[in-house]
Amino acid sequence: MKFCSGRWMVAAVAIVIVAAAAGTGCKKTASGPFPASGAVAGWVKTSDTRVFAAKDLWHYIDGEAERYLAAGIVSASTSDYEYQGQVEAIVDVYTMGDAAGARKILETGTDEANPIQLGDAGSAYAESVTFRKGPYLVRIVAVTYASPAGVQQALLALAHGMEAKL
Amino acid sequence: MKSRRDFIKGAATGAFVLGSSAAAERLGLAALFDQNAQSKETSKSRVIVARDADLRGQGTQPDEKRMLALLDRAIAAYTGRDNQIEAWRRIVPQDKVIGLKTNGLGGRGISTHLALVLAICERLQQAGVKPGNILVWDRNARDLQACGLTINTDPSRVRCFGSDVAGYEEQPVAFGSANVRLAKILTRECEMVLNLPILKDHNLAGVTFSMKNMYGVVQRPDELHGSGCNPGVADLNRIPVIRDKVRFTIGDALSSVYEGGPGFRPERLWYPNALIVGEDRVALDHTAWQMIERKRAEAGVPTLEVAGRPPRYIATAADATHRLGVNDPKRIHLMEI
Repeated sequence: MKFCSGRWMVAAVAIVIVAAAAGTGCKKTASGPFPASGAVAGWVKTSDTRVFAAKDLWHYIDGEAERYLAAGIVSASTSDYEYQGQVEAIVDVYTMGDAAGARKILETGTDEANPIQLGDAGSAYAESVTFRKGPYLVRIVAVTYASPAGVQQALLALAHGMEAKL
Repeated sequence: MKSRRDFIKGAATGAFVLGSSAAAERLGLAALFDQNAQSKETSKSRVIVARDADLRGQGTQPDEKRMLALLDRAIAAYTGRDNQIEAWRRIVPQDKVIGLKTNGLGGRGISTHLALVLAICERLQQAGVKPGNILVWDRNARDLQACGLTINTDPSRVRCFGSDVAGYEEQPVAFGSANVRLAKILTRECEMVLNLPILKDHNLAGVTFSMKNMYGVVQRPDELHGSGCNPGVADLNRIPVIRDKVRFTIGDALSSVYEGGPGFRPERLWYPNALIVGEDRVALDHTAWQMIERKRAEAGVPTLEVAGRPPRYIATAADATHRLGVNDPKRIHLMEI
């Protein structure tokens, strides 16, 4: 009886978690392509990874979801990182239906970015790095930093760490 | 453009052609929304753009003292009252629940600034609003946390939670193309809402500011995205509970994204260090649009018209069907301070 109660409690908790995730259109998952803390020197993963199915993408990027849907997105994953207590960054991985979809998104709005050798193609600004590899499009953005010096180098290091996991 | 003295003189007469005076009277705010003694000049919609070039000092975030001073200047200019308690009492009732609708959709890099929210909460309490009668809200915890806010449901303090906690009405309401389920925080909790959008370029709508921020009060905003959010934005704002309760905007243009929005684009970030304040949501959005266009021109980015996404919903909101405000610059009394 006691066992049964525990099992029901576990089931109930699982239902609550799934319901909560469904309520915001997101699920929390294992690391996937996201490097664990310390896997890339200086970088710490500071949040769970949240995953949004295509139909729920508007929960995360309302107003931009349509562009990704038109390019055939399957899902989006996001996680927060911190670099040596100095840079906070958000990492998004967009899993598209195919490489053409990833290319379509990358080629939009990066006219002034510096092209970089990463994955199949990539580009970087001072505070953001974007690259694609196969059907994956990865975007890393620094949201806060103590000083702009070294931010891009730190982002590129994290980007290389992610590229190796894709 | 008028001098500050002229403007305050106009503001002091309290002549407003827009909004719903019935709702104002219900809230006991007839002084601010008095429709009497309209002159040709004061019948214009007032918009304040208050700036502080040194808002951030040496840091990247707004200095809290300067933020409060900037807010005070904006509210004083709008109400014609230098006494802040008196000024705020012309804007909000003291014995009702006042909602502060923030915008955290863009994440931590481009969301309503915490310093602004704190400054408003401080002034509201000084004006006599109980802490528990102040409710800071948005779609969900993630959006609120993006602003640097902490979730709190304790009614003895300023409350802060999203529609993920309070839920949405079961029964949809409709106007035109908008058939939506509204946030219960709007329909049941708040008697009046102060709108705290953040100025951004928008991939579909062109510009997101005062009226577009109402997409955060419905369960499925994505269903209002067709045709550049036109007439979705105007129709949504025309729904009575939104039109009547969301009565005053203190718009955050402290930082802004002028291209690539509504998400955070650090390469397109700019710091107007400004608040855009007023009641006429259409005039506010027209003013915000012009600010974005000026910045785009300065940065060598094509106009929103050329980019294929002019914010047509602004004119729609001003049309005879919606009557939400004015978009004719000749009918907007803009004061930049």
